[in-house]
Amino acid sequence: MDNKMKVTFDGISENERLARMMVAAFMVGANPTVEELTDVKTAVSEAVTNAVIHGYENAPGEVTMSLAMEENLLTVVVEDFGKGIEDIHKAREPFFTTRPELERSGLGFAFMDTFMDEVEVSSVPGQGTTVTMKKKIKETS
Amino acid sequence: MEYKFEIKEGMLKVSVPKELDHHVSNQLREEADLLIDAYHVKKLVFDFADTEFMDSSGIGVLIGRSRNMGFEGGKVIATNLSPRVKQIFRLSGLYQMISVEEE
Repeated sequence: MDNKMKVTFDGISENERLARMMVAAFMVGANPTVEELTDVKTAVSEAVTNAVIHGYENAPGEVTMSLAMEENLLTVVVEDFGKGIEDIHKAREPFFTTRPELERSGLGFAFMDTFMDEVEVSSVPGQGTTVTMKKKIKETS
Repeated sequence: MEYKFEIKEGMLKVSVPKELDHHVSNQLREEADLLIDAYHVKKLVFDFADTEFMDSSGIGVLIGRSRNMGFEGGKVIATNLSPRVKQIFRLSGLYQMISVEEE
């Protein structure tokens, strides 16, 4: 069943879990496997965490998550209106982090790449970052 | 609090919560570091028996503790990993830094 939803929440760490729960609930209609559910939850957790830590640097701000399911293709868009990314290519390199003092592993984007089929990042410094991720949910009967 | 700590003769065992994300990692790190300091912990055990979800923030906490403990001549052990947590360990190279024991 095709469906879509859009939600805006505060960019605070408490909402990382909320975002995971929402995407999981949204996906259930497409009969995902437990593996697929966890893959998507992990990718969403990484994207929202990035918005909280890097986009807003723990200052107040809003995160928008848009979800769409079209013929079992899930599209997740996570958007913040914060600091933005200077060098997207660098940011996507595994183990690269701008915040080692926060014990960031630098694996956020690597995990999104691993667990989703497609990940696209666009960002304007000073205006914010948009992460668009797609994953085909296989038909299970 | 979902997770709990157990201290016995220089060993601190942390029961990692069901979901280890950025939010939970921050709290866990603070509390674990206080206890490590106060009780001169030499062996830190992360028990993942209840853990169903872990993202890259969890990795940061493990690497950080492993490094800090290493400076003091201590060590970090992880135990009871689910297939999912094992996958996360593999992807991030944690196996090279942390000993994993099956219980």
